[in-house]
Amino acid sequence: MKAPIAAILAAFAAGLGLTGAAWAAEPCDIPAYLLFGNYELKHVAEAVQKEKKLTIAVVGTGSSILAGPDGPRSAYPARLEAVLKQKLPSVAVKVVSLVRTRMTTEDLARGMEKMLVDEKPDLVIWQTGTLDAIRRIDPDEFRAALEEGVETLHKGGADVILMNMQYSPRTDIMVPLGPYADNMRVVAQQHEIPLFDRLAIMRHWSDTGAFDLYAAGKDNVLAQRVHDCIGRGIASMIIDAAHLRPVESKPGQ
Amino acid sequence: MHALVVTTGRDLRLDLFRGIALWLIFLDHIPSNLVAWGTIRNYGFSDATEIFVFVSGYTAAFVYGREMRERGFLIAGAHILRRAWQIYVAHVFLFAIYLAEISYVATSFENPLYAEEMNILDFLKQPEVTIVEALLLKFKPANMDILPLYIVLLLLFPPTLWLLQFRSSLALGASVLLYVLTWTFNWNLPSYPSGHWYFNPFAWQLLFVFGAWCALGGAQRLAAVLQSRVTLAIAVAYLLFAFVITLTWYLPYMSQYVPHWLEELIYPIDKVNLDVLRFAHFLALAVVTVRFLPREWPGLKSRWAWPPIVCGQHSLEIFCLGVFLSFAAHFAMVEVSGAIWMQFLLSALGIVVMIAAAGLLSWYKRAEGRSPGSRPKKTPDADLAGGEA
Repeated sequence: MKAPIAAILAAFAAGLGLTGAAWAAEPCDIPAYLLFGNYELKHVAEAVQKEKKLTIAVVGTGSSILAGPDGPRSAYPARLEAVLKQKLPSVAVKVVSLVRTRMTTEDLARGMEKMLVDEKPDLVIWQTGTLDAIRRIDPDEFRAALEEGVETLHKGGADVILMNMQYSPRTDIMVPLGPYADNMRVVAQQHEIPLFDRLAIMRHWSDTGAFDLYAAGKDNVLAQRVHDCIGRGIASMIIDAAHLRPVESKPGQ
Repeated sequence: MHALVVTTGRDLRLDLFRGIALWLIFLDHIPSNLVAWGTIRNYGFSDATEIFVFVSGYTAAFVYGREMRERGFLIAGAHILRRAWQIYVAHVFLFAIYLAEISYVATSFENPLYAEEMNILDFLKQPEVTIVEALLLKFKPANMDILPLYIVLLLLFPPTLWLLQFRSSLALGASVLLYVLTWTFNWNLPSYPSGHWYFNPFAWQLLFVFGAWCALGGAQRLAAVLQSRVTLAIAVAYLLFAFVITLTWYLPYMSQYVPHWLEELIYPIDKVNLDVLRFAHFLALAVVTVRFLPREWPGLKSRWAWPPIVCGQHSLEIFCLGVFLSFAAHFAMVEVSGAIWMQFLLSALGIVVMIAAAGLLSWYKRAEGRSPGSRPKKTPDADLAGGEA
């Protein structure tokens, strides 16, 4: 339990303001233990190396979009595309966002086959779980739907990254996310696919003071910054899991 | 101060661990609480719930078992059912507080980042359905699942206790059978708006009945097994195994060291139906505890042991207070600050309030018992499932 203890100490220190400045300088900082697993994205590696292209489909619900006129540009799928284009300049990167609000995992799983035909993605980022938790879908049924969806995607020749719920401190007393997050982790492990643990990552940002996720207000700034960081996080995860060689961005470039 | 601890030949270790379990449940129930990293659920399969259910089964059998022998099935059964009713009233009271809190938090909350999460509040749009479902124990907000479990356990307890007194092995066997059938046929009670009870009473009864069985002579029968070095070695090995597996949940890169066949075998570790791995983890913890913490340990009567023991001796009141305090702590984190120092402060403050309240209740009961004109003989209803003897 070294890492969590380290996280506690770091967070405690941040809470006392000792390292607050350092954290504020790197708001997108994600500890490696939260981001990098040991599962490979083979189709992504192949598409990038052989065809110099990378098509990513984001399948998700309400927390994969942002409202407002500049919402589509600033939501994490668009941010992911921008970062990948910058880091992989020789690759034709395309990220399509297929978001449908108020959908359970079962609803989303049912649409996977058609989505594969329409979009022919090399990688599918599947964000889900929030509505299942809100509606208290039976965790067993949730897992079954998740497995069905992942298997459909694998059969269709696409890599998969699962993304779990947002960390939402204001509402987290109202919905038990635990069983759903646990099941997503188990499905990811059993199918050897990376899990973008948005819950733990946003929790980390909140604990270290990088973002004040308790804040209320109509302001879009916080939401845009969080989505930008999520996009960057997934980009790092993809590059690591597909063993790609990114172009390091230098100041002034 | 420690003179207030009730000492009537009863095993203070039970109160001690129930008190500690109450604190851990409180810490786990404060959402986003970093202090909860210190609670046992992060270091193995089982958590404070197992301790709590087991100890409550033990004390319920201890208290109501004696009453059943002395005053008969009818009186003891009536007292158990009255206890179930009191817990129901406590549950509804907590639900009212919960509704008040979240309605307030909801109206003051607006953040484009959490547009999807705001669907959580849909249930407030249909109060006529939600409140009725809550009264039927079908709609249960997060963290309010344990009391409904107790209500069902207590409703089933009079015949179970009767059987335990006369054919204890048969009663335990029936409990195991119900557990197995529950797993085989997926029995559970329905929830609203969908799904099933978070703590399946048909599965969790196993731990409650096992606790009761231990109280009524089972513990002595197991003494030889509990004292064996082999048992201890197996228990320690299992605790280490569980610790390592739990570690892989928090450190994804470590999961590559878990063989696939093992993953297939153990996952998912089902809390709803009291997974056998969780039950075994609790047993292993119990074996180690009983071994290294003897009943006569003098520390149990020290002033340091008094705070958890006195909390454990008033478990219904302190449990409810803990749920209320976890709502209050969440409210303070939302309205004031969710910073780390605040999480530590609220956690510490909550435990102090729990201890103070338990001390007050203890004093109150003693004063009541001594005052002239009070009931000469107290009925053993003092606790969640009959804690005070």
